[in-house]
Amino acid sequence: MCLAIPGEVLSIEGEEALYRCGRVSFGGIVKRISLALTPEAVVGDYVLAHAGVAIGVINPEEAQRTFDYLDELAALEELTETPDEIPS
Amino acid sequence: MKFLHEYRDAAAVEKLVREIERTVTRPHTLMEVCGGQTHSIVKFGIDRLLPAEITLIHGPGCPVCVTPIDLIDKAIEIAARREVLFCSFGDMLRVPGSHTDLFAAKAAGADVRMVYSPLDAVRLAQAHPRREVVFFAVGFETTAPVNALAVFQAHTQGLKNFSILCAQVLVPPAMEAILASPHCRVQGFLAAGHVCTVMGYHEYEALCQRHQTPIVVTGFEPLDILEGVLLCVRQLEERRAAVENQYVRAVRREGNLAAQALVQTVFQPGARSWRGLGEIPKSGLVLRPPYDAYDAEKRFGLEGHAVAEPEACRSGDVLQGFIKPVECPAFGVLCTPERPLGAPMVSSEGACAAYYRYRREPAGAAASPRL
Ligand code: SF4
Repeated sequence: MCLAIPGEVLSIEGEEALYRCGRVSFGGIVKRISLALTPEAVVGDYVLAHAGVAIGVINPEEAQRTFDYLDELAALEELTETPDEIPS
Repeated sequence: MKFLHEYRDAAAVEKLVREIERTVTRPHTLMEVCGGQTHSIVKFGIDRLLPAEITLIHGPGCPVCVTPIDLIDKAIEIAARREVLFCSFGDMLRVPGSHTDLFAAKAAGADVRMVYSPLDAVRLAQAHPRREVVFFAVGFETTAPVNALAVFQAHTQGLKNFSILCAQVLVPPAMEAILASPHCRVQGFLAAGHVCTVMGYHEYEALCQRHQTPIVVTGFEPLDILEGVLLCVRQLEERRAAVENQYVRAVRREGNLAAQALVQTVFQPGARSWRGLGEIPKSGLVLRPPYDAYDAEKRFGLEGHAVAEPEACRSGDVLQGFIKPVECPAFGVLCTPERPLGAPMVSSEGACAAYYRYRREPAGAAASPRL
């Protein structure tokens, strides 16, 4: 029910805030989504669409964070896997 | 699809699972609040990837599942009126009321239509000025601004033939009720990501402090859930209790302010009864004046009256995490998605439906995680 999926804003129409709409692409499937609740959204942004309305804009730098963290983990693992270097 | 499929990467999943294994030293019981998360967990077998010390229990997180039976009865009663064009999300159609469901009402001739958005219902009201268009406004905080937008649009257009049957519920009061129960087993919460996209998470800080329970705002993809579990377990291991945000790409502490402002304009908090949990104070949203003119219960004179729930259905225990769906005696026997006894078996995000779909192999049978 709270499913919201990310899609890319291709174009925006409508002047009035309440009726601002965008053509949003969900992996190639394009739908008309209301942008009334995301006044900050611009063309090229990824929005989270729920029941025909964008409820938030995805922050691309933050989206990278999980993967950076995983890279860090991998690097740490290599360090700690060196056997018995530091006696505990 | 961008921002979706990357979060299902098997190698990354494995790394996180290993990190969780390294972190855990004792048993922990976590509850994921949202039905979308429950569905991901059961579908991808995330619970089976986790070390045995970690138990995930499924929370009340599906607005369809907690909609009380009397509201379903009212929906059916309204839909049966000749002038009414009744619109609903597809999930609600098969939820059983006391005697029947909306799907059966439709088969019997009621004009019930499945819509994707409440804004579609507003458009239907414009297109059919002689019909009364009613939208079944079910949802958590995620859906509240969307329903508010529909009412607000109808109001600015002066549409007289649009109304909503309001079944809006709020998540923090339900989490509070779960923590306050003497049977509570929850040691940490994975809070519902999209609810927080709208509301932010400052509300959870007091709850977290009061009950000394870690709360991690968590997304819906396998990597999100595993990272949420890791953050939560780390807190428990360090005996800390804080609100943390795993779902940073979609959630800011203050939430979506434009959405919150619209919700406040149109709705106000009110008591709400939850299927299986009973009435929880200030756990729902009701229309505030002048928008209460769009309240279908008022328009059709159906305020009040409660109905008893079927005794065989243990949905109350399932929704609070006291039992797993398979422990309900009716599961898969008297209660199936074709002939559901309770809402959690119907909704695509209901815990019982998720278990019916993905977990019917005999207990103990080895199943490989589906990634
Ligand atoms: S299996 Fe069916 S009867 Fe049992 S709790 Fe779930 S919905 Fe209710």
